[in-house]
Amino acid sequence: MQVKRKMLSSSAILNIMYIPALIFFAVFIFYPFIEGIRISFTNWDGYSQQYSYVGFEKYWAMLSDKNIGTTIINTIIFGFGSTILQNILGLAYALFLDQQLRAKGLVRTIVYLPVIISSLIMGYIWYFFFQFDGGAVNDILAVFGAQPIDWLSSGPRAVWIITFVNTFQFMGVAMTIFVAGLQSIPKDYYEAASIDGANWWSKFKNITLPLLMPAITVNIVLNIIGGLKLFDVIVAMTNGGPGYASSSLSTMMYNLYFARQDAGYAAALGNVMFLFIAVVSITSLILLKRKEVKL
Amino acid sequence: MKTLKYSVLTLMGSLHLIPFYILLSMALKPSDDTSSKWIFPIDMTMDNFSNAWNQAHLSQALMNNFIITVCSVVLIVFIGALASYPLSRFPTKWNQFIYLLCISCLIVPALTILVPLYSMIVDLGGINTYWAAILTQVTFQLPLTIFLFTGFISSVPRELDEAGLIDGCNKFAIFFRIILPLLKPITATVIILTGLNVWNDYQFSIFFLQRVSVQTIPVALSQFISQFQNQISWVAAGCVIGMLPVTVLYLFLQKYFIRGLADGAVKG
Repeated sequence: MQVKRKMLSSSAILNIMYIPALIFFAVFIFYPFIEGIRISFTNWDGYSQQYSYVGFEKYWAMLSDKNIGTTIINTIIFGFGSTILQNILGLAYALFLDQQLRAKGLVRTIVYLPVIISSLIMGYIWYFFFQFDGGAVNDILAVFGAQPIDWLSSGPRAVWIITFVNTFQFMGVAMTIFVAGLQSIPKDYYEAASIDGANWWSKFKNITLPLLMPAITVNIVLNIIGGLKLFDVIVAMTNGGPGYASSSLSTMMYNLYFARQDAGYAAALGNVMFLFIAVVSITSLILLKRKEVKL
Repeated sequence: MKTLKYSVLTLMGSLHLIPFYILLSMALKPSDDTSSKWIFPIDMTMDNFSNAWNQAHLSQALMNNFIITVCSVVLIVFIGALASYPLSRFPTKWNQFIYLLCISCLIVPALTILVPLYSMIVDLGGINTYWAAILTQVTFQLPLTIFLFTGFISSVPRELDEAGLIDGCNKFAIFFRIILPLLKPITATVIILTGLNVWNDYQFSIFFLQRVSVQTIPVALSQFISQFQNQISWVAAGCVIGMLPVTVLYLFLQKYFIRGLADGAVKG
């Protein structure tokens, strides 16, 4: 007891151990974050020394920017579309691979492989599928005598294709987390249910799903954040085009800053995006945590 | 029933391999072979690889990737482990606030502060330097690292610390002599997760590392494709080279990769 008290009372000196980390956060996150708020109230172009404060002008500009509506809808599709797809497919794969099967480890390894590869490279690989001239998908259409389609030229179609690619790349994460969740469910629950004559569906609904809630929470939150900030795949496949038709908030910000040289606007958009992602991810975390049951 | 299950299993495996098959078939096809990407080349050629290697400056890019990843991971592990010890062992109100502050950085998408971050790095003269890239990578990987380390340290029995104290270790010696050696398994997880993130990073690298002498593989490939858009099989070969190092590592150490992810996620 004495030892314990002695440790806590004079342990304040150990707090110097987190100072290096705090310095990193202060310099590369907190300071830029505050700077970003300041820049969003200016008309700075990103290069010149001169700029003036314009108040909320850049935020008002967002309301009348006709590209911003599309971009926000796209970002929501990237976020929620990939989340739904990854969870359904990941869970289906995990349930299937939870059985006694030889070579299931090999399939898991294959499904997980894209996770470790750069999203940019994954985007290029799928670009080879959907490109107009000599794309792998159009080659199949040609076999059936159909006309080739310019898959990535239409915004809405491109958005769903990119969502699919993001799902393909990261469904291995969802699968792995679900497999870990399934393995943590005690087998006797199922045995007891079988004795009571429960069928597959009622076992799934009453045992598997409730006890998987922690895994579902992790997956949903991870996937929403990942989808909402999607950048690399979009750059590789369409670069946000045509126009802004398939852009996300991230690629739009990049364009505003480097191509349109409107740093003030880009910073304002960054702040809105931060707020949006923070609110969505914290809300979903709280809502989902409430649904979790303890073993 | 059994046959059906194994057919489904085979189908799943092969469906997920198709993208890699297409990529490899493109990369091995001679430039005068205009057959479909689905048809694997009979006269395979290595020309695309040597062209991609030279034109995209991939040897330099691999070297840069290696330097940046190794330096970042060393700093991440050291600074992260150091910070996690007081945060998990001495949860005073103040330290809980600091912990929350660190973890909340997990939610901040790095891109949202791109404008001020970029202009700050410009002012510091950090564009096209290793240090700017390394320091930003370290910063954005630290929240995850601190999260994993603090979770792990709180599962280490406190009795060990007390025993050390009785044996005459001072407080810092307890960390370096007793706690640090016990962190090996979670350190492996941290190295894999953060190492992959840094190795594959595109969003920072494209801003901070544009000159050929410092650019990383994703940047080299993205500039390569905009330059040689009509030489698509070169790009395919470049992609194969770019993904080879991690893929080989993954195939040898896949157990650790997958466990690393499960460790990282389940504790969330």
